Amino acid sequence: MSDIILEMRNITKTFPGVKALDNVNFQVEQGEIHALVGENGAGKSTLMKVLSGVYPFGTYEGDILFEGDVCHFKDINESEEKGIVIIHQELALIPELSIAENIFLGNEQSQKGIINWNSTIIEATKLLKKVGLADSPRTLAMDIGVGKQQLVEIAKALSKKVKLLILDEPTAALNEEDSQNLLNLLLEFKKQGMTSIIISHKLNEVSYVADNLTILRDGKSIETLSLKKDNVSEDRIIKGMVGRDLENRFPPREPDIGEVAFEIKNWNVDDPLHAGRKLISNVNFELRKGEIVGIAGLMGAGRTELAMSIFGKSYGKNISGQIIKDGKEIQINNIKDAIDKGLAYVTEDRKTYGLILIDDIKRNISLTSLEKISKRSIIDKHREVKEAEDFRKKMNIRTPSLTQKTGNLSGGNQQKVVLSKWMLSEPDILILDEPTRGIDVGAKYEIYNVINQMAAEGKAVLVISSELPELLGLCDRIYALSEGQITGEVAREEANQETLMKYMTRTGGNGHETS
Amino acid sequence: MKLADLLKNNMRQYGMIVALMFIVLLFSILSDGILLRPLNVTNLILQNSYILVLAIGMVMVIIAGHIDLSVGSVCAFVGAIAAILMIDLQIPTGVAIVLCLVLGAIIGAWHGFFIAYMKMPSFIVTLAGMLLFRGLTMVVLGGQSKSPYPDEFRLISSGFLPDIPFFGFTSYHVLTLLVGVILSLLVIFSELKSRRAELKHDFTVLPKGYFIAKLVTMVAVINVFTFVLASYRGIPNILVILFVLIVLFTFIMNKTVIGRHIYATGGNQKAAELSGVKTKRVTFMVFVNMGVLSALAGLIYAARLNAATPRAGTMFELDAIAAAFIGGASMAGGVGTIIGAVVGGLVMGVMNNGMSLIGVTIDWQQAIKGLVLLAAVGFDIYNRNKSK
Repeated sequence: MSDIILEMRNITKTFPGVKALDNVNFQVEQGEIHALVGENGAGKSTLMKVLSGVYPFGTYEGDILFEGDVCHFKDINESEEKGIVIIHQELALIPELSIAENIFLGNEQSQKGIINWNSTIIEATKLLKKVGLADSPRTLAMDIGVGKQQLVEIAKALSKKVKLLILDEPTAALNEEDSQNLLNLLLEFKKQGMTSIIISHKLNEVSYVADNLTILRDGKSIETLSLKKDNVSEDRIIKGMVGRDLENRFPPREPDIGEVAFEIKNWNVDDPLHAGRKLISNVNFELRKGEIVGIAGLMGAGRTELAMSIFGKSYGKNISGQIIKDGKEIQINNIKDAIDKGLAYVTEDRKTYGLILIDDIKRNISLTSLEKISKRSIIDKHREVKEAEDFRKKMNIRTPSLTQKTGNLSGGNQQKVVLSKWMLSEPDILILDEPTRGIDVGAKYEIYNVINQMAAEGKAVLVISSELPELLGLCDRIYALSEGQITGEVAREEANQETLMKYMTRTGGNGHETS
Repeated sequence: MKLADLLKNNMRQYGMIVALMFIVLLFSILSDGILLRPLNVTNLILQNSYILVLAIGMVMVIIAGHIDLSVGSVCAFVGAIAAILMIDLQIPTGVAIVLCLVLGAIIGAWHGFFIAYMKMPSFIVTLAGMLLFRGLTMVVLGGQSKSPYPDEFRLISSGFLPDIPFFGFTSYHVLTLLVGVILSLLVIFSELKSRRAELKHDFTVLPKGYFIAKLVTMVAVINVFTFVLASYRGIPNILVILFVLIVLFTFIMNKTVIGRHIYATGGNQKAAELSGVKTKRVTFMVFVNMGVLSALAGLIYAARLNAATPRAGTMFELDAIAAAFIGGASMAGGVGTIIGAVVGGLVMGVMNNGMSLIGVTIDWQQAIKGLVLLAAVGFDIYNRNKSK
């Protein structure tokens, strides 16, 4: 099994002013699953773009050898012809087209430009079977969940006679269960002899699935570790990624928990499209001052829906229930109201819902607090700059200037801008939805620090996360949510992944157990 | 900092102004200097005033992420109603003007309601508005033109600021010269003030030499302009209205919360909404504002023509939209400036006027304007991609 299918030798790629890849060497063996890890900006995606021809031959230095031949790809089509297929982090399905149409998009089953619908559907069905998807190929892509969409992407790759499958953060948007499915599918393909490269931030997944692992840091290939032979710990990998020991992935914290700050009672929310279909039913929970509380739940459990319905009824219909803040019942009718009453909600999708990407850092930070920095509705621009500058220092936002557009920042820095925005609004209750999604290890640590600090200031923090280790490392108390109901509540001391998983997968009933 | 770098970094900011200057220079040479003669400069302002008023409203609509195709028809409709009010019903001019502006606000609210609250695409709502108000114009006018308007109404477009008596020593319009001097002082003062503030906050500012050069250029442009006006009949009333609108809306867009909310709504509506911006209300207000400005433009045009005609304002929407885009606004929303739209409008206006002066026929004018729009926006996008 030591045949080398792919070798990238001394790859150097420069962008104006930046050396994105610096003499990178990378080897993949036939039939293995090879993980490529590194912090954001380490050059993983750039390397894969060089490989797949997104950056054509001539725009980089070095050699690519695929199956022993030197390759000069001018575009993606040429690399796909060779059997190198890349699935990008952002799903590229067209929502309005059916699964079958998406699978064969750009590669239509046709004769002389006329599509053969029969063979399209038949071939699509075969491919769907391979990836374990039972849906009809005529279903529209928008009608299936992200997990299934990811499988359709893989089916699409399979349709191209793939020899080397590259997956860029395939599980970033998936919940634990779908992620597990996907990883098992990769192992299945491996048995059938396919070679894959997987780029991921989730080290537990990497350890589970990969044979070898290459670490990139600052555009350089640092080392390649063999996961199957040597006993490589996650901490060992992290050390390679960040170039230093991360003593602990979670900063230490002494919780100082006060009285109840926020309570939700008998909370019910209907689906905005199908009134009468309950998304959240009879949810009760409380947050204390200085406490970090987690919400664990599988995708579709209603975590985001719960948070957004509380945050100014920004999601759902027929919302009912009580909100009690500092012992008094309050009414929150819109988002402005929620902010004025001391709530903040950091969205799970910072690019779509969190930031104005074409606007600069300071304008994004000040957006929720414009009234605070204005006199008679005229913005005090100096104050705006000063506040933004304070946060840049405090949050360690890495940017040459506050006038940098947020669209040009890395994921970690974008998230810091979003957090700055909400900290400037000085909330008492902070709801964080997937606060570290798609963020590298170093930046995650910084964000955990910020969360701890906010709790230390006496704010009540609610963290929603798909990553159980994150909840376990961060929270004082964790609620499990399943099918719109709270199915369990676990204190930090008693919490572990198994207990949480048990509650998260419990369905039906109105059980609200405290262990 | 080198001059070349400076130009490159501020290409977007100054690009259109440079282009405008180039076009002015080109046509003054081609027209043997007629373009910059006092009479022609005054005419230029009068001819383009209504487009500039529309462009100010339009760029705000575009920044908010929408489009308004109805403005030309609204201009015609308001002009027609103004004629009925003033000519048929003999309502006092001042009252009629206020009623017309309120009518504009109602029309804007009509569009805004469907766009903001019913979530219908602005393109469709205002396309419907374009047909609706063109039709209504013909209905209320019965297909006929209506004229003449009262004299005091016509002063909007044909009047000039009165002069202050200066012992009859000079044939120049003294008040106009004085305005030039006062404006120069204001510009110097405000530029110095903002430079000082920027230095205090460690912003990168222009090197001293360039800063002084910029000030001298601005002062020179202002005074040459007022001097030219002063050698004809002084400052037209309409220029005062335009000046007030430009200053007011630039202030609103740059310095106020509502302005910032408009940019945020156009930049990313969902994110703005989740940040507490009442995006529906913002969108609604932007269309109400556009309605009022359309009404104002309609009145200015009617006063200039001294008649309400069923075909008034045809294609105004396209000129206003072109002005906003030439001035750097982005189709996707969230980007654009009032001053950019005004400069864009002037580029179109000077080209119209210049081409007429050198005898280019109206059909070719149209074609050339189309190419200019394409080139301006293409150049802008090329620059933006390059700087990435």
